[in-house]
Amino acid sequence: MIPLSWYLILAAALFGIGLFGVLVRRNAVAILLGVELMLNAVNINLVSFWRYGDVTSMAGQVFAVIVFAVAAAEVSVGLALVISVYRRRNTVIADELDLLKW
Amino acid sequence: MNFWNDPLKVAAVWLEGIFTGWGMDAVLAHVLVVFLGVFLLITILMVLDIFLVWIERKVVARFQDRIGPNRLGPFGLIQPFADIIKLIIKEDTTPDGADKVVYNLAPILSMMSVLILWAVVPLAPVMLGVDLNVGVLFLIAAGAIGTLSIIMAGWSSNNKFAMIGGFRQVAVMVAFEVPMLAMLMIPTIFASSMNMNAIIESQNVWYFIISPLGALIFLIAAIAELGRAPFDLAEGESELVAGFNIEYSGMKFGMFYAGELLHAFTFGGFWSILFFGGYRFFGLEQVSPFLAILILVIKAMVGYWVIMWVKYTMMRIRIDQMLGFNWKFLTPLSFALVLVTALMNTLLRGADSWLYVTGMFLSNVVIGWIALEIARSVARKERERVEGPKTVVEAHH
Amino acid sequence: MTGTQIIFLIVALFTLGSALMVVTTRNLIHAALWLVSTLFGVAVIYALLNAGFMAVVQVVVYIGAIAILFIFAVMLTRKDLRDNTPQMNKNWWAGALIAVLTFGGLVFTLQGWSGFSKTAAAVPSGFDAISQLGDQLTSPAAYVLPFEVASVLLLAALVGAVYIAFNKK
Repeated sequence: MIPLSWYLILAAALFGIGLFGVLVRRNAVAILLGVELMLNAVNINLVSFWRYGDVTSMAGQVFAVIVFAVAAAEVSVGLALVISVYRRRNTVIADELDLLKW
Repeated sequence: MNFWNDPLKVAAVWLEGIFTGWGMDAVLAHVLVVFLGVFLLITILMVLDIFLVWIERKVVARFQDRIGPNRLGPFGLIQPFADIIKLIIKEDTTPDGADKVVYNLAPILSMMSVLILWAVVPLAPVMLGVDLNVGVLFLIAAGAIGTLSIIMAGWSSNNKFAMIGGFRQVAVMVAFEVPMLAMLMIPTIFASSMNMNAIIESQNVWYFIISPLGALIFLIAAIAELGRAPFDLAEGESELVAGFNIEYSGMKFGMFYAGELLHAFTFGGFWSILFFGGYRFFGLEQVSPFLAILILVIKAMVGYWVIMWVKYTMMRIRIDQMLGFNWKFLTPLSFALVLVTALMNTLLRGADSWLYVTGMFLSNVVIGWIALEIARSVARKERERVEGPKTVVEAHH
Repeated sequence: MTGTQIIFLIVALFTLGSALMVVTTRNLIHAALWLVSTLFGVAVIYALLNAGFMAVVQVVVYIGAIAILFIFAVMLTRKDLRDNTPQMNKNWWAGALIAVLTFGGLVFTLQGWSGFSKTAAAVPSGFDAISQLGDQLTSPAAYVLPFEVASVLLLAALVGAVYIAFNKK
């Protein structure tokens, strides 16, 4: 049987990789890809805690479903912002979007 | 449990016995037998696919008042084999600057998304690939993979027309998934389950009779998902050359083409499972699973014929008309239908069977009539805006 | 090593490998496609966790909508067809260090918890996760309010995304 620790380590590793993507990539769309990886890691955690806890209480799955909805909403608005920024400034490199810097 | 009642289980047990007799581990033997079953199903489907090419060409010929292929073999039956041989021996080109991995992966994914669907199709009461209790959602999931494969094909061809075709096709597919998902909720409401087998088993009255509007909207959305006329602007043969599969030649194009035909047949099958009782036919399916398979195939062929009928009768509509039709007409209508169906189901749940059927049927008719009236008034206003109001013609003296 | 454990290891390695390719590959379309394979791996993990509904919804929502959205966004925001610019920041080693520290910190914190290595209890027979989920999402004593708020959130995101990305010609 698979102990819970394996799922938690997998989720932590996926979260770490997503965090690396967010911190290191220059393209704004690639940053959003990293955010997606982090959200998936969180979902794996939630569902595995549901499974390894009380299976009849659906709180874990409900939480995961809400996270799905939030991820979809965030990705759509984020990408709309990126596309709009590209239309104005003709770049999506995060370093070059510096009009608000002091 | 003899062969005629449960052929798959008998064959599986016999094969596992042979494999463990050869000294194989029991789990490994089971996995091997499962693989062999999948392989058998896919082989049968691909052979069926070849004959679907023949059926398509003969039926389109009849619709167009001609005979169709009749030179190779009796009734032209060898024609699709000639087509396949031609496609296989064609030169396998890759466009310059194309992304090789993605370019080669796209037709494979497209075919895969169709073959995967047959895992949840109940061929007989005891013959089922996987008894998923979310079988209905699995349909949409496989459609999602198909959508992905088309955008991959369109982008990786390094060709502007392919990209336009791919974008349009994906926009249409993603748009029409919404009414299709809503219409998939209607058999779910009636059967109280998303399991395909449960939906078939609870169709004592065919769902087409209980909810004809639902069946109709599902058919429209399915035809749009398939990318067939009247919704085939993406690969409009007279407009965009061939849309997302311009740069594909040889067997890769064959995968797209045969995959599209098999997809149409599969959706004919799903239409019949969800709304026409699947393998059930007045108790005939209990006699033998082979009879159930035959009934399902016949119903799927009828559904496929309806889809072909629509393709070869109606004109293609423009992409903005297609998307406007979906978002302004079909999506609100399908949501209204789901709401009213759920409401009527709760109200009439304990009633007699004939009252239930009549009530739902009437509610469907009322919603369809209201939707058509709204569409007509909007169309009339639009026509008056464009042409000017109609004046009364004076009678000449 | 039981069969389930082998399957889990294969799927986990596939998922983590695809995730690494997502954050390191130069071509953004390839990154989006590697994301698709990562999401597939996560869907298989959900299936291993007996959450079949979550697996299918993952494929429908993430792969069928979000990944396609990413691919469209990458295609619409490319200046030229080849990316020659370096795709990582100057201080990528700091990001890598932070990521490794986060992973280490998470594992270290969790392994002090008593339930870290517990194995799964069997699912009670006849337990239908989907009808339970539907009950919980729509019953007033359970989670109907977060469900409704999530649908309002999706509506707001829909309107907002259309408005922001609208091309007023």
